[in-house]
Amino acid sequence: MTSADLAAELRAVLPTDCVLSQDEELRPYECDGLPVFRQRPALVVLPRDAQQVRQVLLTCNRLKVPVVARGSGTGLSGGATPHAHGVLLSCARMNRILAIDPKGRTARLEPGVPNLRVSEAAAVHGLYYAPDPSSQVACSIGGNVAENSGGVHCLKYGLTVHNVLGVRGFTMDGAALELGGCVADGPGLDLLALTIGSEGLLMVVTEVTVKLLPRPPCVRLVMASFAEVHHAADAVAAVIAAGIIPAAMEMMDRKATAAVEPFVQAGYDLSAAAILLVEADGTDEEVAEQVAEIEAVLRKCGASTLRVASSAAERALFWSGRKNAFPAAGRLAPDYYCMDGTIPRRHVGKVLDAIAAMELRYGLSCMNVFHAGDGNLHPVILFDANETGSWERADRFGAEILELCVQLGGTITGEHGVGVEKLNSMCVQFSSAERAAFEAVKEAFDPAGLLNPGKVIPTLARCAEYGRMRVHGGALPHADLPRF
Amino acid sequence: MTAPLNAVPADLRERVLAANAQRQPLRLRGAGTKDFYGEALDGEILDVTAWRGLITYDPSELVITARCGTALSEIEGALADCGQFLAFEPPRFGADASIGGVIAAGLSGPRRPYAGAARDFVLGATLLDASGNLLRFGGQVMKNVAGFDVSRLLCGSLGILGIITEVSLKVLPLPRAQSTLRLELSAADAIEAFNRWAGSPVPLSGAAWSQGCAWVRLSGAPAAVRAARERLGGEAIEAADANAFWNGLRDCRLPLLQRDVVWRLSIPSATPPLDLPGESVIDWGGALRWYADPPRDHDLRALAVVAGGTAMCWRGAAPAGRFHPLPSAVATLHARLKQRFDPHGIFNPSRLIVGL
Repeated sequence: MTSADLAAELRAVLPTDCVLSQDEELRPYECDGLPVFRQRPALVVLPRDAQQVRQVLLTCNRLKVPVVARGSGTGLSGGATPHAHGVLLSCARMNRILAIDPKGRTARLEPGVPNLRVSEAAAVHGLYYAPDPSSQVACSIGGNVAENSGGVHCLKYGLTVHNVLGVRGFTMDGAALELGGCVADGPGLDLLALTIGSEGLLMVVTEVTVKLLPRPPCVRLVMASFAEVHHAADAVAAVIAAGIIPAAMEMMDRKATAAVEPFVQAGYDLSAAAILLVEADGTDEEVAEQVAEIEAVLRKCGASTLRVASSAAERALFWSGRKNAFPAAGRLAPDYYCMDGTIPRRHVGKVLDAIAAMELRYGLSCMNVFHAGDGNLHPVILFDANETGSWERADRFGAEILELCVQLGGTITGEHGVGVEKLNSMCVQFSSAERAAFEAVKEAFDPAGLLNPGKVIPTLARCAEYGRMRVHGGALPHADLPRF
Repeated sequence: MTAPLNAVPADLRERVLAANAQRQPLRLRGAGTKDFYGEALDGEILDVTAWRGLITYDPSELVITARCGTALSEIEGALADCGQFLAFEPPRFGADASIGGVIAAGLSGPRRPYAGAARDFVLGATLLDASGNLLRFGGQVMKNVAGFDVSRLLCGSLGILGIITEVSLKVLPLPRAQSTLRLELSAADAIEAFNRWAGSPVPLSGAAWSQGCAWVRLSGAPAAVRAARERLGGEAIEAADANAFWNGLRDCRLPLLQRDVVWRLSIPSATPPLDLPGESVIDWGGALRWYADPPRDHDLRALAVVAGGTAMCWRGAAPAGRFHPLPSAVATLHARLKQRFDPHGIFNPSRLIVGL
């Protein structure tokens, strides 16, 4: 079927302005937040409501045309990379906040609502939506559901899966699904948990109900410098071991602070090998208590300087460097590649050492920012795509970091998703039987395989090919490290 | 990474393979403390309690990994020794309840609305499927979005997809301070107050109503608990009495929850008391309503649906199934998932859904 025929079919069920087919109209959709993967879709549709979404799905299902759903396109794993012969379904026009229930503390949202707007709308009731990915100004709730997005406050408040109460939407065949609701539990299998983080492979979500929390009246941020990265890593474990669950606990290494400081002038200690940002929230009394404890633990672990943000403005300033770390990478190199592995916290120091060794081996520099409290690393590999072989080296460097994460009992992605980016690494983390189980889940929801095909689950052939490339003589790298 | 084949005893795998070859249904069983729970108990008993023991527990990682047959009491003991606990407060219907059963049932106690449900604390699980494959999903880390979240799917699956041989759970430090208040309130006023407090910075860890009294548990930093106690008022309850109440609620040992017929309704927390004669207990800040011996002419399922929730017949003869019926599109997905994970239907047939 040609794009023109497909456009005609879709214009028969949608208002004309909801179907984009001109080359220049399609171009903005050819990539998401990971622009190394680019693909022009056959068409873009911009439905305004759930029934229009259903019409798109019914039409595409009948014509056997793939559909890729997209929120704001801020994803970092190529999960919304279009399909060459498929329809890209943008939820951008479905951006209404349908209801806020201050008493029951829930919000009902269309999928295109930007994350931050939920908290802004709930603020008048003293409530907010907890998950706060760095891209929260732009990223959409629908995208958050697809990716099970995190943020800097996951340690205390959880991921999207812990904060979404229900979704409505459709499977590829147009069947309406309602999973969860404004309730704590329901009968049957937990399909809501299965759907959250399914990267658009199982259903298209047209409505999301989220849980709202009371805004803590007091928030304070402690910033600590460490002369050794290992001391900072140990301090993270020591805070947890002391029975403290901070609202957030983030680490930046010297390369990262050096990259952002000229930008944001947050007053980061550039002589420190690493800094920690530890946030406490709650009532005035409990925050005062917790900050004193946090300071004591950090000092004991060798913090050279400690600063507590004295005002909301200063707190925002301390955070600004962390939140702008990725864009600041652009100062250091023409291109950067952000990784997203998670490891058990106790291995943070070991992984940083290994990354330092890889920098020399690949001839590329890497700065490290991460959600230290969760063991979620974001190494940012710097490269220059115009230099021959540079991207390939960055890609290999990243894959090696992820393999190390898996060997240490961790995972290839903590919050960015698999998308197309980590298909090879999925072969490392999961056996063929486990990947077959993922296929089984996919088939149960989408027997024809038309929703976001080619993402998340690598084919058998791809893994075989990757295995041949990676493993020489049956020896994995880092054979000396303990396996789990 | 795939679990090594020796991560499950050979006889367990052989029983599964043989049952699969002969189309012989198996009834997966830990200590059997939840034999009362579910639709049907069909098949030959497969006792998994021999597959027990903690695998890893490092308090500073906030993660515990254990084999399915491990007693919940052993896990709670190990955690308590290090000042930690399972914050979802799984109900204990007997002294030997196993962690496999806890996760397969997916039930949570009074702390659920404030700390999260069983599934919120599942970080990873290993599944022995009908073909004898050992499949590892999730892991031992807080954040993990690689592949579909099958480990959370297994939580509450009542074993219909296979044997959960290992689980990794997130654990939390025990609260520094805890205090229980009792206030004389009507059910309607209690529900209103629970929801109001939950929308303000009060360190709630339990909010229930029984026999004309609201019970409120506060947990957290000593200063926060102290401040909230002053703000909420009511009568401070001695720790022993408070524990007796919360454990009675958690383990369904309150007298009302032991009656012949008990219904469990999961509805939006701010729903006013339902128009239903008879006695009730309210938990989860209003989101969970227990009704004992409701009059026969009242349709609790319909009442729950009107309120925006569902109803489960917890004890007593269940008309048309114990669990609330599933919408047809959702039921179809259940059938397809079951078909793909357990094509010959050997695992706990009809336990979760009649005929599945």
